[in-house]
Amino acid sequence: MLEAHALACERGDARLFSGLAFVLGAGGLLRVRGPNGSGKTSLLRILAGLTRAAAGEVRWRGERIDVLRDAYGQEMLFIGHAPAVKDELTVDENLEFSARLSNLDGSAQARRAALERLGVARRANLAARHLSQGQRRRTALARLALAARVPLWILDEPFTALDADAIECVRSLAAEHLAAGGSVVLTSHQEVDIGAGTARDIRLGDAG
Amino acid sequence: MRAAFLLVIRRDLQVALRRKGDLLNVLVFFVIVASLFPLGVGPEPNQLRAMAPGVVWVAALLAALLSLPRLFAADHLDGTLEQMLIAARPLPAVVLGKIASHWIVAGLPLALLAPVLGLQYDLPARALGVLAFSVLIGTPVLSLIGAVGAALTLGLRGAGVLVGLLVLPLYIPVLIFGAGAVSASLAGLDPAPHLSLLGAFLAVSSFVGPWAACAALRVSLD
Repeated sequence: MLEAHALACERGDARLFSGLAFVLGAGGLLRVRGPNGSGKTSLLRILAGLTRAAAGEVRWRGERIDVLRDAYGQEMLFIGHAPAVKDELTVDENLEFSARLSNLDGSAQARRAALERLGVARRANLAARHLSQGQRRRTALARLALAARVPLWILDEPFTALDADAIECVRSLAAEHLAAGGSVVLTSHQEVDIGAGTARDIRLGDAG
Repeated sequence: MRAAFLLVIRRDLQVALRRKGDLLNVLVFFVIVASLFPLGVGPEPNQLRAMAPGVVWVAALLAALLSLPRLFAADHLDGTLEQMLIAARPLPAVVLGKIASHWIVAGLPLALLAPVLGLQYDLPARALGVLAFSVLIGTPVLSLIGAVGAALTLGLRGAGVLVGLLVLPLYIPVLIFGAGAVSASLAGLDPAPHLSLLGAFLAVSSFVGPWAACAALRVSLD
């Protein structure tokens, strides 16, 4: 269970949001909405433990995430704007490294299934430098297909640069995850109905 | 801990092998800088022999410095560093893995090349051995200290210059005792005290370096 208490975020002199609180339970979907620059990415980075909040705290199962550190890393998967895909490595090597880094099932069989699901299996042995933007995203998102047992997914604009097939694929992965009792936090400018779990919206940038 | 360390080393070496240009740049730089001095100073053997330890060590320092900005920058740009910071693996092990692979790619080859460069300066065999050994145990210290500087300047404008300003003063003890060991051997003295001190630097920096680099990375990526 992810809890946020009185979170505030500042970037430079600007206060992006303050007094933000929510509780996200098993099977819960949290959609973070708001215009550009309203602090969606900052909020997600705070929830992932990458950025420190100006005020407030984030707790996972009752413990502060900055105390948990890699124990929280075991239970959370963050996919940000940057795909974390290395040009020099092949698609499969990239997936293997990110899977092992996050302690996911990185066996050849599981990787093959994940790449097939995201539709990049045919490119498995191609260096990532030759991939298109969308294929790069798909490679990054293939981690989701390995992360069914990781309870919390934090996805920053997961649908960007994806075509309709890939969006449907990510949607179904998220839906399965929610149905299995996982939690998902995501931002998206596209209206994609995940169609599972108990959805909640947070709007940033309205109240100021 | 060990799994994460080996995982990162394996991947970084894999990436380095596919970007051989970067690897060669450092070595060519090292060879050229160390070879400029005999050309500029002239072929007086005694003079060359006396300045050899300092020149080779300064060249090694600059070569190590040249390769530092790349230590974290590529991973920072493509988002891998973010993943490392929040991963399920302990960050110090990951960072130590990155430092170790940096040393394998940019430090170890310097130790192998140093005696060859020493030949240009007409160093006797014993001094060549001491030179190679001092570079071998000195370069990991350069990578460890350099990692802290590289982490602190991550994503800043002019990071390359800044890293030099930050890190070079900290390299001075390594330079003094590294070159000192070779000079002692040239003078017929025992280089062991200098080498032991270098070893002590290595022990301390391998304990402190990764933790400091982790803290610096967390600040830089905030």
